[in-house]
Amino acid sequence: MADPMKIRAQMKGDVAEIRILMSHAMETGQRKDAAGNTVPAHFIQSITIDVGGKRVVDGQTGTAISRNPVFGFKMKGAKAGDKVVVNWVDNKGDKRSDEATVA
Amino acid sequence: MNRSIVLATALTVAWSMPVAAQTKDANAEFEKFRAEMEESNPAELFELKGEELWKAKRGPKNISLAESCDLGQGVGKVEGAYVRAPRYFADADAVMDIERRIVWCMTEKQGFKFEDIAKKPFQGANDNNAPDITNLVTYVASGSKNMKFDMPLHDAKVRDAFETGKAMAAYRAGPYDFSCNTCHGADGKRIRMQNLPNLSTPEGALRGVLGWPGYRMTGGVMLTSQWRMNDCFRQQRFPEPKYASQAVTNLIAYMTGNANGQMYKGPGIKR
Amino acid sequence: MEMNQTRRIVLRGAGSFGALSALIMAGVLKPTAAFAADWNKAAFEAKDTPAALKGLGAGSTADSKDLVLKVPDIAENGAVVPVDVISNIPNTTSIAILVDKNPTALSAQFSFANGAVPEVSARIKMGQTSLVKAVAKAGDKFYIAQKECKVTVGGCGG
Repeated sequence: MADPMKIRAQMKGDVAEIRILMSHAMETGQRKDAAGNTVPAHFIQSITIDVGGKRVVDGQTGTAISRNPVFGFKMKGAKAGDKVVVNWVDNKGDKRSDEATVA
Repeated sequence: MNRSIVLATALTVAWSMPVAAQTKDANAEFEKFRAEMEESNPAELFELKGEELWKAKRGPKNISLAESCDLGQGVGKVEGAYVRAPRYFADADAVMDIERRIVWCMTEKQGFKFEDIAKKPFQGANDNNAPDITNLVTYVASGSKNMKFDMPLHDAKVRDAFETGKAMAAYRAGPYDFSCNTCHGADGKRIRMQNLPNLSTPEGALRGVLGWPGYRMTGGVMLTSQWRMNDCFRQQRFPEPKYASQAVTNLIAYMTGNANGQMYKGPGIKR
Repeated sequence: MEMNQTRRIVLRGAGSFGALSALIMAGVLKPTAAFAADWNKAAFEAKDTPAALKGLGAGSTADSKDLVLKVPDIAENGAVVPVDVISNIPNTTSIAILVDKNPTALSAQFSFANGAVPEVSARIKMGQTSLVKAVAKAGDKFYIAQKECKVTVGGCGG
């Protein structure tokens, strides 16, 4: 089971700023462990953000995103109280969905 | 003789002007992005886990730290605990830093075995998970965000720990005859691109304690002050101290005491 | 809605969907491995920037001053390089981030809809000093901005 994300969504003027922290190893598939064995690739491939029930960001990611990924997005038309839902899926089919409310 | 050669090689060879200037530029560049890095710090993920651990009934005695552990501010109270430690705990009859105190609570209150905690007290590079104790320290430290360091130096026992730590920082030994102060006892020293803080000054000591526990970008791991002290011993080619020992608390007390009165920003992010 | 269409067009352009299906049918990829059926394998597994851009359907790109790419001149740590991309190009629907000298050039691609500002901040890995590129799609055109980022080797524990 994947660990929870931390999501912050805050109105700054008429723009909602959304910051997301994800807990993920983001293995590139190129690193070798102490025993010299290649650590298999394990990385998030898909990220979606829904605000107020609408898909606002649809992302795809590769192995070059840093371990424990951090992303920032902005949107117009959101208001305090709107529900923010973030989903990710990785290359092994592990997934995670977390929610926050626009403050 | 040997000593001066080693020191000259280690510390002064790289002191040509262009390199110094380059380092200054690089550091200015790093600073530009530091605020952004701190604003969204993966350390928060470890805080979340630590909070869960703090509140969960755990261990052979099936009790939570929230209902049993006094970090010096009252049972279960996390706010301000990190910046007011190391401090003297009468129940343990010892001066303890926060990590050592949480370990004490885990063994005395929850019934965990010290040996089990000490088996792997720090997150290894690329390990997927940090040890419970690291998550707990990170959570507790987050409860002192934007508070001033206020280690009770007026307490004679804390003062003792501070003075012992000060003496330890000056103690030269090991194959390179290094002390902590060889690198951290004077202004203007650096290793490669990193400027080294002078821990005997308030500004330098603050740089030494700020940002710990810290999320280390290298390896993507969460590490504590205890780990940092251990790593200094390793770099000096000293034997590494026993986990959660008094010696490490003393060194932390020396640095924290020198940083007293200045603002702690919470768990940090390190290169 | 609109975004799904965009994606389908991008995929068709890249021909990656067909390739991916063929791999699944051939048993090379387990269905779970291809879980994100719309993950643009052709683009993400491309070794160099031109191939990655082709995978994104961006055959040609035009330089644009309205595409702002912020990366450090010198990265403190190649494992975590902060990248901000802001597109002031009207009707921008997606932004991609690429690193020329990484083993696979494409780091990420984001599509925006329903009020999302075409802007993203992310942290990426860089194996060595390289040009970092941002590519924005607006209408059916692709725009590019680039900047070099030096990656240094480390010192002590901080």
